[in-house]
Amino acid sequence: MDKTIRILFSTAVLTLFFFIWTGTKEPGNLIIFASFALIVSIIYRNYLRSPIIHPKKLAYSLYYILFLFVEIIKANIDVALRVIKPVIPINPGIVKVKTKLKSPMGRLLLTNSITLTPGTLTVDIDGDTLYIHWIDVKDKEESGATERIVSNFEKYLEVIFG
Amino acid sequence: MEWNTLLGSILTLSGSIFLFLGALGVFRMPDLYNRMQAGTKATTLGTMLTLLGIGICHTEWLGQIIILIMFIALTNPISSHALARAAHFKGIPLTAKSVTDKLKEEESKEEVR
Repeated sequence: MDKTIRILFSTAVLTLFFFIWTGTKEPGNLIIFASFALIVSIIYRNYLRSPIIHPKKLAYSLYYILFLFVEIIKANIDVALRVIKPVIPINPGIVKVKTKLKSPMGRLLLTNSITLTPGTLTVDIDGDTLYIHWIDVKDKEESGATERIVSNFEKYLEVIFG
Repeated sequence: MEWNTLLGSILTLSGSIFLFLGALGVFRMPDLYNRMQAGTKATTLGTMLTLLGIGICHTEWLGQIIILIMFIALTNPISSHALARAAHFKGIPLTAKSVTDKLKEEESKEEVR
């Protein structure tokens, strides 16, 4: 039962993407594509995830996207200002941080968010330990670096994937 | 001039400024990792703003543009992570200015064991 919902949800999402991408209004096209989307979803049925329907998690997901966008803008301006200074003010290094997240999807999103924010770049992950290249090392120790880099994102991801 | 052309042009202009600063960063930064910081990621906002500007100028493309922005946000970090990881395992050194390298410490500990 759960698997059927996942397959149908994935089919709906794929068809929606096709609809937005092509802007087609022919019902025939949509029916053909929906059947192909169904075949693809059945082939990948073991890798699909259930949609998030919990209202609190949905609200946090939306808020997380906005928060991430604001962080990207702030960090981009920060890196851009560094680049145009006569002597580049950098203080780089690779620091080690720990994450509290357990689910693989949560960790994937956490590392992607860290990498998407300029100034920090995930170099390697080993279990719950992340190695992050940081353009301006403010704290060499594990706890301080975790506090500054990870905890902002983790607050929201813990609720979404907790 | 219509308002959406004006807004779209401003967004595209600011996006191209960020792209230019990213390119300048690739030229000025001292080592590979810092170059990647500027080159692959100062450009995320640049690309997003440029695309969004085009999408606002031509509203009929807005749906496609939003899908493109989503794919950039999903794939860009994965490719830069793969590049950085490969570079570190190949042993490309960090610049002499670097403060700390915890990953190298960890690797040398494992070799001793």
